[in-house]
Amino acid sequence: MLRAVLPLLGLPLAGAAATEEPTQEPGSPGEPPPGLALFRWQWHEVEAPYLVALWILVASLAKIVFHLSRKVTSLVPESCLLILLGLVLGGIVLAVAKKAEYQLEPGTFFLFLLPPIVLDSGYFMPSRLFFDNLGAILTYAVVGTLWNAFTTGAALWGLQQVGFVAPRVQAAFLDFLLFGSLISAVDPVAVLAVFEEVHVNETLFIIVFGESLLNDAVTVVLYKVCNSFVEMGSANVQATDYMKGVASLFVVSLGGAAVGLVFAFLLALTTRFTKRVRIIEPLLVFLFAYAAYLTAEMASLSAILAVTMCGLGCKKYVEANISHKSRTTVKYTMKTLASCAETVIFMLLGISAVDSSKWAWDSGLVLGTLFFILFFRALGVVLQTWVLNQFRLVPLDKIDQVVMSYGGLRGAVAFALVILLDNTKVPAKDYFVATTIVVVFFTVIVQGLTIKPLVKWLKVKRSEHHKPTLNQELHEHTFDHILAAVEDVVGHHGYHYWRDRWEQFDKKYLSQLLMRRSAYRIRDQIWDVYYRLNIRDAISFVDQGGHVLCSTGLTLPSMPSRNSVAETSVTNLLRESGSGACLDLQVIDTVRSGRDREDAVMHHLLCGGLYKPRRRYKASCSRHLILEDAQERQDKEIFQQNMKRRLESFKSTKHNICFTKSKPRSRKAGSKKKNAVANTAATNGKPPRDLGFQDTAAVILTVESEEEEESDSSETEKEDDEGIIFVARATNEVLQEGKVSGSLEVCPSPRIIPPSPTCAEKELPWKSGQGDLAVFVSSETTKIVPVDMQTGWNQSISSLESLASPPCTQAPTMTHLPPHPLAAEEPQAPLDLPSDSRPSFAFPPSLAKAGRSRSESSADIPRQQELQPLMEHEDHSHLSPGTANSHWCIQFNRGGRL
Amino acid sequence: MGSRGSHAALIPDADSIRRETGFSQASLVRLYHRFRALDSNKKGYLSRVDLQQIGALAVNPLGDRIIDSFFPDGNLRVEFPGFVRVLAHFRPVDEEDTGTRGPQEPEPLNSRMNKLRFAFQLYDQDRDGKISRHEMLQVLRLMVGVQVTEEQLESIADRTVQEADEDGDGAVSFLEFTKSLEKMNIEQKMSIRILK
Repeated sequence: MLRAVLPLLGLPLAGAAATEEPTQEPGSPGEPPPGLALFRWQWHEVEAPYLVALWILVASLAKIVFHLSRKVTSLVPESCLLILLGLVLGGIVLAVAKKAEYQLEPGTFFLFLLPPIVLDSGYFMPSRLFFDNLGAILTYAVVGTLWNAFTTGAALWGLQQVGFVAPRVQAAFLDFLLFGSLISAVDPVAVLAVFEEVHVNETLFIIVFGESLLNDAVTVVLYKVCNSFVEMGSANVQATDYMKGVASLFVVSLGGAAVGLVFAFLLALTTRFTKRVRIIEPLLVFLFAYAAYLTAEMASLSAILAVTMCGLGCKKYVEANISHKSRTTVKYTMKTLASCAETVIFMLLGISAVDSSKWAWDSGLVLGTLFFILFFRALGVVLQTWVLNQFRLVPLDKIDQVVMSYGGLRGAVAFALVILLDNTKVPAKDYFVATTIVVVFFTVIVQGLTIKPLVKWLKVKRSEHHKPTLNQELHEHTFDHILAAVEDVVGHHGYHYWRDRWEQFDKKYLSQLLMRRSAYRIRDQIWDVYYRLNIRDAISFVDQGGHVLCSTGLTLPSMPSRNSVAETSVTNLLRESGSGACLDLQVIDTVRSGRDREDAVMHHLLCGGLYKPRRRYKASCSRHLILEDAQERQDKEIFQQNMKRRLESFKSTKHNICFTKSKPRSRKAGSKKKNAVANTAATNGKPPRDLGFQDTAAVILTVESEEEEESDSSETEKEDDEGIIFVARATNEVLQEGKVSGSLEVCPSPRIIPPSPTCAEKELPWKSGQGDLAVFVSSETTKIVPVDMQTGWNQSISSLESLASPPCTQAPTMTHLPPHPLAAEEPQAPLDLPSDSRPSFAFPPSLAKAGRSRSESSADIPRQQELQPLMEHEDHSHLSPGTANSHWCIQFNRGGRL
Repeated sequence: MGSRGSHAALIPDADSIRRETGFSQASLVRLYHRFRALDSNKKGYLSRVDLQQIGALAVNPLGDRIIDSFFPDGNLRVEFPGFVRVLAHFRPVDEEDTGTRGPQEPEPLNSRMNKLRFAFQLYDQDRDGKISRHEMLQVLRLMVGVQVTEEQLESIADRTVQEADEDGDGAVSFLEFTKSLEKMNIEQKMSIRILK
């Protein structure tokens, strides 16, 4: 708290000092120009942006402070805390500057603070839910707001007639109507701030929240109409003006929605063509939405409605068109902006309340307003719900109604509107301001504080947060189709019928027009869920399995020759078939029945998510080898042949295991081979060219990145020296993509999985080969390689060794490379190096390593290792092969027993 | 009540149908009119062709399967009671239904289980009580359309089956089907308001 206040304390002082400065300057024009000043204090030049930045900073810091304590935020909504903070800050500002500053200006609010919040809520609005409940939402938004405005206004007027309101409040019936119209609207910002923390069920949420968004149009119209009536004077209002008022309701709301939809269309269309300039995609989203807001504001239509419709309408197409990264950017930027704006609004609201010069208190008016808005809101909700329930499939029960009535929070919109009133035309403005502030504070603080316990106490159905499954998604679609069909059979053109119509129209025309072809092809909801599930699995796998990879990676340097790698894989396989945690595909497939769900998840993950990366790691493995032996061309060729062979063996084994995606895999393998071939061809074809290993590494990296994002085609890499090679490969790749469309769409999920290594690789190609890749190679070989792969491994390794032995470059370099990044962490790595030359000793370390890596999955293996005295030693090479063999026997037994 | 009563009198076995399906008098009359309208040459029953002539059903990916569900056991015609019986699956669930039902009475047609069974049968074409991978693939092929390739469909089908498959037989039984949807509000999602 203190931290948040400190910069602020300095602020008004600085501001006060700055305001005095400029007054001196014009007063002394005759003075000789001062010499070169070493230091100049130019506060007034940066004042405005500096203040904005500072306020946002203060608000953000305050937010951090609030969230330091979980207890406070779980009890008190953030909006309450912010308002209270604003009150404190306002008090300080008032005390220091002797005048109220930094208040919530209606202009700032409507032009800058409100749009991000509305855009955020519109863009992330669950559209299906929204349209499913559109009838109820519209009813509450239109009828409910009108009802609230008129009843509250009329009741207050009645109160004044009775004499409960002091006569100094000079207001006529129309003034009260005006006040009623601005105080009656439920505020989206306040509702969102409170309801997001309450977690009521989604139907209830969407109704309250949708109402708060859509009633803006009604509020604006009512406010404007009443305002102009007041300004005209009630005597001059004609019957036609009332008609115009009613008509303007339609103009404002439908016009606002239309503006929003037009901009949504333009936005979607524009993002269709941003393939080459991905970087501006997020910006486009914000600019078009803001343009929609400003356009609607300019035409005095409902700006909130415009932005809501824009976000709602464009989302589907924009999300399909823009890249994955842009999507994330849009999401986070939008959330950040909205949260920022919300924070600032509540804080400024608190500060504004301190300024007593605008206030004029009248207890009768304040109490009456508080009572009436609560009472009429409740009454309106009950009446409307009664009508709506005649038509609703799932009626809203009493508890829902209570929450809906109680959740009618008023907020900054009402405050900004009341500030905008003209003092000369509405003499009771100060009273209205005070009342509005009290109402806003009461609803946000008191109702905000109590709504959570209320929801708990009433046992309102909470929202169930569950991850979507493929089955649910698929069946939901089936249900939609079934219902549409049944409506057809029954001959009733109801909601399902029209939704079905709309979806067909969308599929046939809109999506064709607004989505780019590639996106349209992939964009199917079921496919989308599948895709997301794969990513989720992969991410969870990385999260869970990260330490496994690390631990294997750490011990990798101790791996002297390829022999041990092969053995490790066998060991692991045997062990894993015995123990519970099984990573092997085959085992899962054959011994499936007794497995729990975790294994199934693993299986999916390996089947769908992991096999592309495996290939990738394969490639990176090859890269790092090339990277090492780049000096001798012959060696390289041999290596590449080896790699090819290894790839083939991979392919064949995977054919046995993975039944689903055989085709794309083989194609990938083919392309990889082609890459390898092209690589050799390139190096062969240009012998004079000095091919440092960096160059080749870069070449292969290009291919990698293209696989990762087909959109980022070779443009960025073209600038490099080796342009010829790149371009040739790039076109190759593009052509293939064009021909075999399916394979490309299979790979996106794996593509996403290892983002960090590839990103790092792109930036520092030659660094990449060392740490990460070594880890990946090891994990792959030890974990996933199936039994029959072993032959492939052995083959390639033996040939590799026989060929590589004369120059003595291979084995040392190979081991040379991995220890590099790991040496710092693992002091034993250099100790292990001597064992490189003795392949027979390689065996036990791998065992020990395997045991260590899986220590938490099966605790007894490490224990066994600890029983052996030699194992306590750091250096595993002390182990003789004999002990290793006995270890083997134990493993076999265990496997058999289990 | 006059005109409705006279219409209701036209419906054969109106009372027993109402008892079985739970439809209100008004919806039964409404459905009867619809039935008669669909019955192109007043033969007193509906044939497959009658239903296929509904325009929107032709573009519904599951249209044919839904039509099939009106003709169980290879029947070629469906009479009014059968017609209503199928539609009764989509009657909204009332609170009073579940409360007053005696233990020996059969489950009403619009119960959650029956709604699910209806959907399940659309998948289970060979009526072996299981949705095999092949059947899943067929449905996916119908629903997903051309923009997703065959391999993708296959992998989706695999994953979908595996996700729901608990006993490891590579197919989704009805029990597994209901389990995979246990979090979903079927009563709401498989009901049409006007079919009271």
